[in-house]
Amino acid sequence: MAKYLLLKHYRGAPASVNDVPMDQWTPEEISAHMQYMNDFAARLEKTGEFVDGQALAPEGTFVRYDGEGRPPVTDGPFAETKDLIAGWMVIDVDSYERAIELAGDLSAAPGAGGKPIHEWLEVRPFLACPPTITE
Amino acid sequence: MNEVLLRSLTPSVLGILVRRGADFAAAEDAVQDALVEAVRVWPADPPRDPKGWLVTVAWRRFLDATRADAARRRREDLVDEEPAPGPAAAVDDTLQLYFLCAHPSLTPSSAVALTLRAVGGLTTRQIAQAYLVPEATMAQRISRAKRTVSGNGVSPARAKPRARGRFDQPGNVATVLRVLYLVFNEGYSGDVDLAAEAIRLTRQLAAAIDHPEVAGLLALMLLHHARRAARTAPDGSLVPLAEQDRGRWDTESIAEGVGILQAALARDRLGEFQAQAAIAALHADAPTAEETDWVQIVEWYDELARLTDSPVVRLNRAVAVGEADGPRAGLAELAALDDSLPRHAAVAAYLHERDGDLATAARLYAEAAHKAPDLAERDHLTRQAARLNARRCR
Repeated sequence: MAKYLLLKHYRGAPASVNDVPMDQWTPEEISAHMQYMNDFAARLEKTGEFVDGQALAPEGTFVRYDGEGRPPVTDGPFAETKDLIAGWMVIDVDSYERAIELAGDLSAAPGAGGKPIHEWLEVRPFLACPPTITE
Repeated sequence: MNEVLLRSLTPSVLGILVRRGADFAAAEDAVQDALVEAVRVWPADPPRDPKGWLVTVAWRRFLDATRADAARRRREDLVDEEPAPGPAAAVDDTLQLYFLCAHPSLTPSSAVALTLRAVGGLTTRQIAQAYLVPEATMAQRISRAKRTVSGNGVSPARAKPRARGRFDQPGNVATVLRVLYLVFNEGYSGDVDLAAEAIRLTRQLAAAIDHPEVAGLLALMLLHHARRAARTAPDGSLVPLAEQDRGRWDTESIAEGVGILQAALARDRLGEFQAQAAIAALHADAPTAEETDWVQIVEWYDELARLTDSPVVRLNRAVAVGEADGPRAGLAELAALDDSLPRHAAVAAYLHERDGDLATAARLYAEAAHKAPDLAERDHLTRQAARLNARRCR
């Protein structure tokens, strides 16, 4: 088994095919989208492949150490940040191919007009622990 | 066996152990062990005196643990001591325990966790599941909290006999109520219904202390809990108060909340929880959303603003003014408030929609969704924006 992070971006990913912002959908289309996402997570829980999933608020703050005895420096949120993570799902699957298949399914979530969004999701493998048997 | 009944014995059993001279952290561990044992043994062999059983088993566990520790900690003198049970001061013990768990030196999250375990009798695993953190994390949080309130590492055997078993520097009623309010607001996410648990603990507290604000908080919880079934649609989305099916409100819970509130208000010592409960009661009292007595609600918000001086209260007051005197009046109130306040955009959107300015309302709903603190609210606000945009396009 290997763990993968599926990343959804607010910004930074290439534009999706069905690229209409959610507040321009109908309320029914929003409900259908939510249902699809919930069903997807529920299905992965049943197959034993779901680990965790969270959504993030769109605005964050950059923070850095500013030296002994000084409070940390904060900056942002930056309206112009190129990459902005919207949320993630962690899956634990048998193969890279399975991770790609699941990300493809997730990207098919319906959007405006009830058509799939074809949203670009990023699939990142976890750096695992070294295997016990190495040769 | 009723697990809630079992857990309701937790605080008095713990109180007895502490009064007998056990230090708080060790006593709390022993009581947890006894609860686990009770869950295992009672179904087949129910005791005649459940509380006596728990005290005996917990005390034995405490002694065992202390003996194991004895060489290092030199507590032998305590081990041989088998104090007389003394007069039962269960109510007082329970109260002290609430105060201790809301100790001012604890962070809110620690106070919440400790209250749920030491007063509520929940296991660390249940609390971890309720707050969606790993069990090991919650175990650390609780054990640090226990060390904080246990008195800085002074072995109870070395303390003066009179001082032993007494809780030092407990919190006050206000801090206890804040902790219970936090538990209630967390709702339910794991296998533990935190809202119901908060009501149970507040009810227990109200039985132990005669205080109008304790009654006020209990009434507030009951009145909000009564609407729970109506608050979410089958697909999990939020249903706002005005659109709820009032036939699904729990009238028994409402009647109890209103009764408790009226008795508290009659004492003429108003506090913020009583005022909040009064507002909830006025909503509960309206057969339809249109029949809501908004004028009285505005008056209660005035009381609340006087008591708390909180900008969030003034924001909610602007909504009530919008209903009582029309959306323009509400918007005028809103204009006086800082627009960085949480939910400011959502309130502005609502008032603009009522005023007929759908374009502004849709834009503000989308902005409010962007700033929403949780998923359910974000989805709800996005739907509001979508609803108005769809209407404007057709």
